[in-house]
Amino acid sequence: MAEPIVPSPSCPVPLRDQGRVLLAHGGGGRLMHELLESVFFAALRGSATAPAHDSSVHALPGGARIAFTTDSYVVHPRRFPGGDIGSLAVHGTVNDLAMSGARPLWLSAGFVLEEGLEIAELREHVQSMRDAAAAAGVAIVTGDTKVVERGKGDGLYVNTAGIGLVPDGVTIAPDRIRAGDAVLVSGDLGRHGIAILAVREGLAFETTIESDSAAVHGLVATLLDAGIRVHCLRDLTRGGLASASNELAAASGLAIELVEGSIPIAEPVRAACELLGLDPLYVACEGRFAAFVHPADAERAVALLRADPLGAGAAQIGHVAADGPARVTLHSRLGSTRVVDMLSGEQLPRIC
Amino acid sequence: MKYVDEFRDPAGVATLCSAIRRATTRPHTLMEICGGQTHAIIRHGLDQLLPPELRLIHGPGCPVCVTPLELVDAAIAIAQQPGVVFCTFGDMLRVPGSALDLFGARARGADVRMVFGPLDAVRLAAELPERQVVFFAVGFETTAPATALAVRAAHASGLDNFTMLVSHVRVPPAIDALLSAPDNRVAGFLAAGHVCAVMGYHEYRPLAAHHRVPIVVTGFEPIDILQGVLACIEQLEAGRAEVENRYARAVTDAGNEAAQALLAEVFAVCDRSWRGIGEIPGSGLALRAPYDRHDALQRFPIARVRAAEPAECISGLVLRGAATPHECPAFGVRCTPERPLGAPMVSSEGACAAYHRYRRSDHG
Repeated sequence: MAEPIVPSPSCPVPLRDQGRVLLAHGGGGRLMHELLESVFFAALRGSATAPAHDSSVHALPGGARIAFTTDSYVVHPRRFPGGDIGSLAVHGTVNDLAMSGARPLWLSAGFVLEEGLEIAELREHVQSMRDAAAAAGVAIVTGDTKVVERGKGDGLYVNTAGIGLVPDGVTIAPDRIRAGDAVLVSGDLGRHGIAILAVREGLAFETTIESDSAAVHGLVATLLDAGIRVHCLRDLTRGGLASASNELAAASGLAIELVEGSIPIAEPVRAACELLGLDPLYVACEGRFAAFVHPADAERAVALLRADPLGAGAAQIGHVAADGPARVTLHSRLGSTRVVDMLSGEQLPRIC
Repeated sequence: MKYVDEFRDPAGVATLCSAIRRATTRPHTLMEICGGQTHAIIRHGLDQLLPPELRLIHGPGCPVCVTPLELVDAAIAIAQQPGVVFCTFGDMLRVPGSALDLFGARARGADVRMVFGPLDAVRLAAELPERQVVFFAVGFETTAPATALAVRAAHASGLDNFTMLVSHVRVPPAIDALLSAPDNRVAGFLAAGHVCAVMGYHEYRPLAAHHRVPIVVTGFEPIDILQGVLACIEQLEAGRAEVENRYARAVTDAGNEAAQALLAEVFAVCDRSWRGIGEIPGSGLALRAPYDRHDALQRFPIARVRAAEPAECISGLVLRGAATPHECPAFGVRCTPERPLGAPMVSSEGACAAYHRYRRSDHG
């Protein structure tokens, strides 16, 4: 029989800031945002005050507006079901441009190669970039190559930057989100993250889960061409739907309410998440986006997305509330509600 | 999804909730022991569906949370020894020690690796004969058999470069300690189904009888948890205090006897300090001879400094169910998952992490 416990609430000493970059700083969650704010934005943001978005929009003399973005790709493994680091490097940057409503035009490509990488594999990834760029209708117009000593890189890192043209009259940004907006997703969630994890950890599921990696600017153009009042778009990459909607709740100062039963998640992805203890709301996609549209256009927007095979799984998953604190709430199937928080560190490392 | 959806069925949940409302005539305080159940309750918002007379409080059933600070510090010190490959589960990497966590040790050059099971660490020891591979074994009786298998496999293969830092804890002594506390408010327990799947539930009968509390073996899905709550309430309302199994699809009275025999072969029961609670007699497991040659604390003589744990974090109260995370002044302000003051804010089974992740105030 145990002695009675003498109440002695105790706690560990607070961790001092550890002063080093941790893997979790790259996870798309709150730690990454802290790093961006405290190091990068503090030094580099300059006078820009617009909330961070997937690409930035700039007016040229004469009135045309361009969107500009860059992204680096360190995915491991470099080949995965549904794509490879080459196609991903095109899709990711094209999608970042599309999230400003831009028509992507030109990409740059920078390669960091590790001594010992097989040329045949490199060729394969570069050809995959070429094919993805051709399919997306963008041109890779400039590039750079560096080689680092063996052990100083992990085979191959790719950086792409992109420029696109924003159509007249289109302004898509977090500060355009309005109370009442419908929240849509362009397809089912989580395929990319689970596909990568399955390969990396040697997990075999009954069905092979393919990455959703794809260029989505065509879907965006479909919405804009049909006159859908698109207020904001967000790529659902690292940190998944949960992180993206938290970023937008914070940037717009509005409450976002999601309905669990309407969020599309494919059965194999759900099962894999259940098995691995992951929450699919946090798992990355590479060919899915959230769209905030005028509520009167929501039904038509979903129908337009669904008419395209890339958007076949599109659905309205919630709305922007008229009041309440700027956070994300989920209405569960059981009739309860909970907060959907931003991920703290990483759920899965190096997925893109 | 088969075998999951039927236990999350909204109609079934609604039926159970009305049965619970009908059965409840006065206030009751129940404790779920297991952090996995705590997360399920908060994630699915089950407490929002219960009548206001019922209070669910969260127990110390998160093995990561109750691993004592000095053991976390010892883990970090061992991980920083030259030649060591230090392996553990993901959650353990972020638990704050006195000055660092294991991720921080890794960023400073230690070879710290996340594994999915102890046998992965044994495999590493076989692949890296020139290195010392250390596995930090954390968990309740549920995971202890896998640890026991791993150390037995390493021993049988003569892998002298494999050691483990054992922080396994046992549930029944903890329940006993909680019920013996002078400020105990818990009138009924939901026992952790997976622990009982290994150990059975015969150990709980003397506890239920001695302390006059119902103990209901309970699973982890919404329907399971509500069935456990209903059974507990029915006993309390009828003045009964019995051990009852509401997780019969996984648990038998005897439990997994092969696993129990393995535990008895590899481990001896020992006293164990629980972080935030203190020493609980007979609540730990330690390697017994001849397996104790794989004990990392014997292999790596570390200076064991008793680290001070000053007062702002109330994890001791939270772990004993004496306070909810919301009652902590540091919650969400000076204590967040990024900068945790205490382990319950870190672990995927910690009560503070559950509240932080799924709700911010008492009103959701």
